[in-house]
Amino acid sequence: MSKFIRIGCAAAALTAALLSSPAFAATEITFYYPIAVGGPITKIVDGYTAAFQKQHPDIVVKPVYTGSYQDSLVKAMTAAKAGNAPDVAVLLSTDMFTLIDNDLIETIDTIATSAADKAWLTSFYPAFLLNSRSGGHTWGVPFQRSTIVQYWNKDTFKVAGLDPDKSPATWDEMIAFGKKLTKRDAAGQVSQWGLEIPSSGFPYWLFQALATQNDVILANESGTKVDYNGARVVEAAQFFADLGQMYEVMPKGIIDWGTTPKDFFEGKTAIMWTTTGNLSNVRQNAKFAFGVAPMPSKLRGGSPTGGGNIYIFKNNDKAKEAAALEFARFLTTPDMAADWGIATGYVATRPDAWDTEAMKKYAASFPAALVARDQLRDAVAELSTHENQRVTKALNDALQAVLTGTKPAKAALDDAQAEANRILHPYQN
Amino acid sequence: MHNRRLNLQLQGWLLLLPAVALLAIFTHVPAVSTIIDSLFSTPQGRRPAAFIEFDQYRTMLADPIFWRALNNNLLYALITVPIAIGLALVMALCVNGRIRGRAALRLAFFTPTILPMVAAANIWLFFYTPDYGLIDQVGRLFGSGAINWLGNTSTALPALMAVTVWKEAGFFMIFFLAALQQVSPDLYEAARMENASRWQIFSRITWPLVMPTTLFVAVNALINAFRIVDQVIAMTGGGPDNATTLLLFYIYQVAFSFWDTGYAAALSTVLLTVLGVVSLAQFFLLDRRIHYR
Repeated sequence: MSKFIRIGCAAAALTAALLSSPAFAATEITFYYPIAVGGPITKIVDGYTAAFQKQHPDIVVKPVYTGSYQDSLVKAMTAAKAGNAPDVAVLLSTDMFTLIDNDLIETIDTIATSAADKAWLTSFYPAFLLNSRSGGHTWGVPFQRSTIVQYWNKDTFKVAGLDPDKSPATWDEMIAFGKKLTKRDAAGQVSQWGLEIPSSGFPYWLFQALATQNDVILANESGTKVDYNGARVVEAAQFFADLGQMYEVMPKGIIDWGTTPKDFFEGKTAIMWTTTGNLSNVRQNAKFAFGVAPMPSKLRGGSPTGGGNIYIFKNNDKAKEAAALEFARFLTTPDMAADWGIATGYVATRPDAWDTEAMKKYAASFPAALVARDQLRDAVAELSTHENQRVTKALNDALQAVLTGTKPAKAALDDAQAEANRILHPYQN
Repeated sequence: MHNRRLNLQLQGWLLLLPAVALLAIFTHVPAVSTIIDSLFSTPQGRRPAAFIEFDQYRTMLADPIFWRALNNNLLYALITVPIAIGLALVMALCVNGRIRGRAALRLAFFTPTILPMVAAANIWLFFYTPDYGLIDQVGRLFGSGAINWLGNTSTALPALMAVTVWKEAGFFMIFFLAALQQVSPDLYEAARMENASRWQIFSRITWPLVMPTTLFVAVNALINAFRIVDQVIAMTGGGPDNATTLLLFYIYQVAFSFWDTGYAAALSTVLLTVLGVVSLAQFFLLDRRIHYR
């Protein structure tokens, strides 16, 4: 008996479910996103998609958390190769050429053609658009973008007899301040370092700040040529290594990206370089007065940008592409850009986001948030080329060889240049 | 009569079918298709794969990172395998005797094995953290300074080796423990009556009798040494400057960071060959010198 009742109940429930679903066919799109900073990101993103669906009842967005940036690219590419690409995804801005070469993404300007769309595509900070355009097209919409900033521990500055409100503004000051801030005991053991610039995983990004300050751009706009071994690049790499090996104001060898903020909180280093995306993390965990400053300068100031763009994947179903575009537009309105920036520490991607009430209030209560934005004036495109991972790995390997003292700067960078030339050769005609 | 034999044949094959099918689908077919893929170029965008014979292998011969990875891997195998086996045997001898707290000791030795590799890697990441990591904190008591274990080309690979030894020794201990308990007590009694020294007992009785286990463990350990990838990803990402890049990690990088699937297939073929040769050599050469009861 009970078996029949159960089957009956199941059938009734199924009918009810079918009847209650909307009569029209909603367009369903899949949205891949990575998490690269602390905080309840999944919850925020779910909130955004819910708000979007309220405005657009005819579109269903399925947000999928896909791990780190690296994992997300792997998942998106694998899914695409299996004919099951996401419709819209947040991936590194530097993955642009990889996605173009694999013929996976749509040029945004060919599907966003109205006057309002054109205005939207120019509403972002020019520095962020540098990594979003190639060959006269816009391929990505700036979303979670960052720059490198210096964080400094004001208490340690006071103890060292330095002005606690003045961070190093030049390379010479980095050394001079660093020497005062590095504390050694009688046996020569260091209890506090002057400075930490992380060099694990992706040292090219932090190095690119030094190269920018030495007024050299590492890759051309079309991503087909790199300058890894010019005199100024070699000088910047030498300086990077000298901070540890010669001036001894920074730990020798490779400094781990992940533990650098912890070293800063623990007082093991007085200054650290890291992404502005860590701002909320530092604000919550630093038990001392800290400051945030733009990068110091040598010939000029400046930092590369970093972080992720929104990409729209190619699809034969134009309704899905249109829905993806609508979602991308929704995520980058001034209000959303402001909200996302406040929640995470990423730089709100468009100037008018900074005029919203929420952002004005936030910036007034926490002026450090403005530093990264103001630095955008001097920001350059993050190193990005065809075969990006391979070409940047050549530089990463060279930098790590220099930092660990296994190769002199010039020789290591010559090798990296030769390797990059070999890889990029097919793209240079 | 004839019919029944056929039936029996069919039955046998049917019983084998699930295992054969699983092995074929997940091992043999992928292995063969990898070898075939390695003779083609990597398809990209609209450009399909082209037959290029052995070009991928020529690239490999000129690829310094491949040689580095192979070299690292050989070092890894040659150093971790004997140490892990030796340690496993010592631990097994230790907990085989009648000592107090034997169960607790066995559990303690076995614990590293039940931890997932990534969890273990994270624990060791903390051990190796310069300055406030466990190793440096202990080192400070003895007056040594901060050492950047994972951040130097000379110490990074040995640091990873230590994790492998720590993780594997406990697992191999279980096999040795089982083998030790198979050794007949009569032999030990006879030896004691002959007044044999402990070393004599070990070298004349225990060691020869656990030899089959040693071979089994050695084959496994050697194969494992070429299959290591988790702790490289979790701890160093192959750095600094490829000092900890092992073959499988390099294959992963080429396949899923560089998307050069053709070259990755060629690298996989080399790894397959290495593993095949290792197991064949061990089975055929060593087998003859091993005492079986």
